[in-house]
Amino acid sequence: MIEVEHLSKYFGRTTAVDNISFRVEKGEILGFLGPNGAGKTTTMRILTCFLPASAGTARVAGYDVFKDSLEVRKRIGYLPENPPLYNDMTVRYFLEFNAKIKGVEPKQQRSRAEATMEKCGLQEVKETIIGKLSRGYKQRVGLAQALVHDPEVLILDEPTIGLDPRQIIEVRQLIKELGGEHTIILSTHILPEVSVTCQRVVIINKGKIAAVDTPENLTARLKGSERVYVEVEGPVDQVEQRIRQIPDVTAVSVESGGNGKRNGFFVESKVKADVRSQLAAAITSSGFGLLEMRRVGLSLEEIFLQLTTEEAEG
Amino acid sequence: MRNIAAIFHKELKTYFTSPIAYVLAAVFLVITGYFFYGMTVTFSNECLYYMQYASRYGGMPALNLNQQVIRGMFGLISFISLFIIPMLTMRLYAEEKRSGTMELLMTSPVRITETLLGKFFACFSLYAVIIGLTVLYQIILGVYGHPDWGPVLSGYLGTLLMGAAFIAVGIFASSVTESQIIAVVLGFGALLLFWVIGSASIFTRPGAGKIFSYLSILTHMLPFQKGVIDTQHILFYLSFIGFFLFLTVKVIESQRWR
Repeated sequence: MIEVEHLSKYFGRTTAVDNISFRVEKGEILGFLGPNGAGKTTTMRILTCFLPASAGTARVAGYDVFKDSLEVRKRIGYLPENPPLYNDMTVRYFLEFNAKIKGVEPKQQRSRAEATMEKCGLQEVKETIIGKLSRGYKQRVGLAQALVHDPEVLILDEPTIGLDPRQIIEVRQLIKELGGEHTIILSTHILPEVSVTCQRVVIINKGKIAAVDTPENLTARLKGSERVYVEVEGPVDQVEQRIRQIPDVTAVSVESGGNGKRNGFFVESKVKADVRSQLAAAITSSGFGLLEMRRVGLSLEEIFLQLTTEEAEG
Repeated sequence: MRNIAAIFHKELKTYFTSPIAYVLAAVFLVITGYFFYGMTVTFSNECLYYMQYASRYGGMPALNLNQQVIRGMFGLISFISLFIIPMLTMRLYAEEKRSGTMELLMTSPVRITETLLGKFFACFSLYAVIIGLTVLYQIILGVYGHPDWGPVLSGYLGTLLMGAAFIAVGIFASSVTESQIIAVVLGFGALLLFWVIGSASIFTRPGAGKIFSYLSILTHMLPFQKGVIDTQHILFYLSFIGFFLFLTVKVIESQRWR
């Protein structure tokens, strides 16, 4: 349904999105997880035709976001981070206006607006001026605006921001219900949010994709991965070779040195296998000097550390 | 077409739900009403004076209601338009950009030209309604005098064309900024420049002077006030409108590229 290939976006000299590729299948709910400023919003803006990409392509329902932007825009519902609302309109008029500009047939505009208000719990505030609504209601009007034309694809930028815990649960429930029928991309910086709503997660950091996986696998990887840093006195090639011979080691990378006698290595091993004693034995038995050894986090974990891992209170 | 209508309706609704349309119309009526009263009273005093003069010495000078009141009124209306139109147009794009609703319009299946035309015609309609209020003055003149209706109609045609040209400039000013204040200042400044640019012909070489006086919005307005409908002037206003609307489309398009 959504195909993104080698997409990049530069703002002057800064790179906001750096060569990312991913796919979203029909009916899937994809989570976009990353700290603030990771490039989530920029990617979404490219997908919704608000910004053109600097390089690469993106297709929604088979249409290129740049060449067939009008066709793409007919098929997407987009909730930006700040819901785009006209503060002097009533909720009903705003949704009817949205139905009009999003190509809903004139006869159905009223009923679509009505059905969307029902779905998003806006019945009590139908005739209220949007500017007078609370933050939570405004967010729901924003969501209703994205849903009013019953789009194939929904792109939601931080849909639960500013809501109280009860509303957050409601909105997540709503999103889950919408999945299957609609293809959804939602962005968030809250870890538990993706595990509740999404089938697949793209972790994005500094414009690059750090990982794509199911929420369950990601959590497993996060908890069970091992990474050890060792500093060894000895020739690089020989030491590296010796470390690779240890059964559970999956990857070795040279961190520092390279020409001198002291060299640093990052050693990654299989999940839940502690290779430290084997590593120490292998190094010392081969006659190299073991200068330092410590466990370090996976780079994925570094990203996760910047994410909010707990639900906000209130 | 449906999209243009949707934007048109939305903009008009916004004009009338906020006090801006009412305030501007009221101010406009107060000022034009004040001048209308002054001009008609002056005219009727003059008539009285010359009637006594004629009865004593014979010979009555040609007094003309069209020339002395109606033409003055159109001049005044266009001058006040110079002030009120930037205030009508300042919101149109600046506010959408500031509040983030531009993102909604740009990601909806609506073309930039459709949004623009919807906004343009909404503003133009409001302007036409405000101008239409002055028909009241013409009715008063028609009841108590015998104006020549031809120049009145051509005067309105000219005023509307000129107003549309002002609106095009104002919308362009609104499209380049997020601030309504900057939009109104830029719009008013540009309009004032187009208003007085004709006088540059006084101190430039004859060739350049011709160009400057051709660019002046005022020069093209005067024939309409006199009752002359010349396609050359209609064409000037239409191309002027087209040029600024085109610039606006380009500005909005280019903002996506940053």
